[in-house]
Amino acid sequence: MSALTAAHSVVEASPRAKAFAAAAVILYAVITIVPLLWIGATAFKSPSDSIAYPPKLLFEPSLEGYVNLFTVRSRQTPEFIASLPPADSWYEKLVRSHNMVIAGPSKVVPRFMNSLIIGFGSTFLAVLLGTLAAYAFSRFRIPLADDLLFFILSTRMMPPIAVAIPIYLMYRELNLTDTHIGMILLYTAVNVSLAVWLLKGFIDEIPREYEEAALVDGYTRLQAFRKVVLPQAVTGIAATAIFCLIFSWNEYAFALLLTSGDAQTMPPFIPFIIGEGGQDWPAVAAATTLFLVPIVFFTVVLRRHLLRGITFGAVRK
Amino acid sequence: MTARNHAETFVERVAARTPERLVKRVRGLSDRSIAWLFITPSIVLLLAINIFPLIWAIRLSFTNFKSNLASLPVRFVGLDNYISILTDDDVWHGMQVTARFVVCSIALQIFIGFGLALLINRQFRTHSFWTTIILLPMMLSPAVVGNFWTLLFQPQIGPFNYVISFFTGIAPRSFSMIGNVDLAPWTIVLVDTWMWTPYVMLICLAGLRSIPDYIYEAAEVDRASPWRQFWSITLPMVLPFLMLAVLFRAIEAFKMFDLVNLLTSGGPGSTTELASITLKREAFEKWRTGYSSAFAIILFVTVFGAANIYVKALNKVKQR
Repeated sequence: MSALTAAHSVVEASPRAKAFAAAAVILYAVITIVPLLWIGATAFKSPSDSIAYPPKLLFEPSLEGYVNLFTVRSRQTPEFIASLPPADSWYEKLVRSHNMVIAGPSKVVPRFMNSLIIGFGSTFLAVLLGTLAAYAFSRFRIPLADDLLFFILSTRMMPPIAVAIPIYLMYRELNLTDTHIGMILLYTAVNVSLAVWLLKGFIDEIPREYEEAALVDGYTRLQAFRKVVLPQAVTGIAATAIFCLIFSWNEYAFALLLTSGDAQTMPPFIPFIIGEGGQDWPAVAAATTLFLVPIVFFTVVLRRHLLRGITFGAVRK
Repeated sequence: MTARNHAETFVERVAARTPERLVKRVRGLSDRSIAWLFITPSIVLLLAINIFPLIWAIRLSFTNFKSNLASLPVRFVGLDNYISILTDDDVWHGMQVTARFVVCSIALQIFIGFGLALLINRQFRTHSFWTTIILLPMMLSPAVVGNFWTLLFQPQIGPFNYVISFFTGIAPRSFSMIGNVDLAPWTIVLVDTWMWTPYVMLICLAGLRSIPDYIYEAAEVDRASPWRQFWSITLPMVLPFLMLAVLFRAIEAFKMFDLVNLLTSGGPGSTTELASITLKREAFEKWRTGYSSAFAIILFVTVFGAANIYVKALNKVKQR
């Protein structure tokens, strides 16, 4: 790309224009990243530093936020703590130094597991169904194909709360409220529209001649699909899977209304991490950091396919 | 790689020469049955999880059903729910709040996003690194990030007010972005803009890169000023992309729930009470299921209708 523009000096921006552009873009990037860095930093503050007035830029790093995130603690008298056998781990020492003892693990690990199970479960199903449907839409003449595709997309236009009202009633009847399988089915339904649209775009780009040649060689249509099309579409399938995973991972409205315990995911859980007297900000920040880091990683991995993913395949680079 | 390409061109040649009838005979399952076999699971799932509930909601919208009192006899109330929604001042207030939020945040995002795309398109060194950083917010969970913004906006302990105070000299304790009736609507616009400007930027960037260089070279030969080039080449060529960005953003902003629910949850008063927030209150706090179903249908018809009209306009622009 850059080699191409460099060849046309007319289109190439002047050095001064470039310097101005760089300054403005970097300024904006810094504004973008500061709130995220603040989250990461708050996770390493002590609770008192996190609500210091005025806010502290420099502070003594502490792992209290992470310890508080993973444990439930109870306050004890100093005499009681002194009577206990010596603490055998660094986190127990840290907790005891604040006149508290660890009462047990917090709910964060099960919630994180729920996010993983529901995320991967719905992604797998959505990509599986989406790949099949996308192949059919891409290769066969289907009556009313455009209408069907638009129908698939239009299910995304409903506000989540509007969908949640009847789903709530339906799941109550079917005993699917607050279950993994219920959430997986719901997220699969939402993701399948994205998967069909994205994958249709990717499969459209694979020349038909490959499969037709395979058919001539005696492959059945299903064999050609499995052995010729799927290997070619693997990048597209991977990118689609990541987009589905990110959606399920980030989803809040359905999770808030349809789960309360057993199947609750991280997004509705994080705001309710509270300490003594209000939100425990370092613990919230620690949870937020752990929750966001995989997405940041995937965003970087996906960079090349981002545009396609966010526009349902409407814009390709 | 080259060997494989060669083989592919060879099979392509064979494929082209094979008579169509022979091709048809070698296929196992008929294409039509495979097509339906492949599509049906997705359609069935969408019918079960989206369309069936939608029809259920339509039916409920004509009743006074309350889902927390499910044993109560359900009465058919005809269009009463629809009439009371459309004549309720609070609902119209909520719609106005939503409209203002959608218009303001999209306008800001288009303005900043397009500007950033123009700057990034100058391809200064390290531009792709900074672009990736700018893209981050839009991939993150609005709920989780929105929750954290409440700390950033705290008047005394949050850094936001201190930054504003540094540049303007206004005392950091003297204003509250979340608690103030005049500021709160702008607060949600601000955070939404922070999150979604990269979305517009990325689409605009694709638009800018789709413009072939020779058009600018021709313009240069004709001595068109940069200003003129922008208005008669750049903008018209990027317009379909911009309109697409507006479409996607408008649908999303209209649906907006998670970010605002955690940031202000509609307050203070009802100054940031978007349609989705009202809907959640009616459906899951007051449990007026029939009434809220009617409201949900009205919202869905609004989005669906507006999107359809808009797509027609978009297609016209594309054809030009």
